[in-house]
Amino acid sequence: MGKALYFEDIVDGMEVPTLRKQTTAVQLVRYAGAEEDFFEFHINEPYARKLGMPRQIDQGFLKNAFLAQLMTDWIGIEGRLKKLACQYRRPSYPDQPSLCKGKVTRKYEQDGQFLVDCDVWIEDGEGKVHTSGTATVALPSREALIRRIEEGAPD
Amino acid sequence: MPEQPVITDEMRSIIGVESEPISEVVERGAIRRFAEAIEDTNPLYVDEVYARKTRYGGIIAPPTFLCSIGHLRKSGRSGGDLFDFKRPYPNGRNAGTEWEFFEPVRLGDTITMTASIVDFYEKQGREKPLLFTVSELTFRNQLGQMVAKLRSIGVSFPD
Repeated sequence: MGKALYFEDIVDGMEVPTLRKQTTAVQLVRYAGAEEDFFEFHINEPYARKLGMPRQIDQGFLKNAFLAQLMTDWIGIEGRLKKLACQYRRPSYPDQPSLCKGKVTRKYEQDGQFLVDCDVWIEDGEGKVHTSGTATVALPSREALIRRIEEGAPD
Repeated sequence: MPEQPVITDEMRSIIGVESEPISEVVERGAIRRFAEAIEDTNPLYVDEVYARKTRYGGIIAPPTFLCSIGHLRKSGRSGGDLFDFKRPYPNGRNAGTEWEFFEPVRLGDTITMTASIVDFYEKQGREKPLLFTVSELTFRNQLGQMVAKLRSIGVSFPD
């Protein structure tokens, strides 16, 4: 895991490092097993075609997991993912790149927590967004840490 | 014959009704398989030695792991159905998910999920009428702590 990310490191408009994913038909089966979601249009290609889809489609919750990882990879072990919302705007398919991206929209202190809001989304290989939403993370604050040490330091 | 409304009285009557709780123990293999399936190599989900040295003090599950809790039973596909009503349309998709996370899910936790449908609404899609179903799921651990809330939006439509 990377270096710890602190609240003071955040600036508005800052980009979250892109997380690259590319699902495969096998991964969709593995995910179906892990989530115990056996909707067939994710795992049975002929069935998906019968429904008029070009092929089986990625699970929404799998893309949700990618966006969660986008944030947890970025914030590191000391950060916490507080909120994650997304909409599945159009289907995505195995063997296509999914580029998970994010951008800081706001940083603020609330109830003693140091929070950062981000827009998050997933693009296919052509830059078209198929999933988009928002995330909120809590980060450690260097200044708060120093304040606490100073206040609690024995003289 | 007058057209049947899509949102029936039966559907309206279950809005806000809390489901039977479903409890599940969070197993090491389940966490590992989930992390592997999403291809997240964070050692926090699989490496006990590493995880013990972090502030979590042990292995935790990836944030969205909770969607697997009781999934088979809540999807209405097998082993019963949390929401017992006649579905107007046969086709369904996941339209959106909104999570709020409060506590980590730790290896060995017993997670109890309850769910309720909070809204049905209709929209005209480009080709077909769409029915949206909004449900809210809450997840608590064995200490009674609220672990997470999930608002889930499903969309269904005719053939």
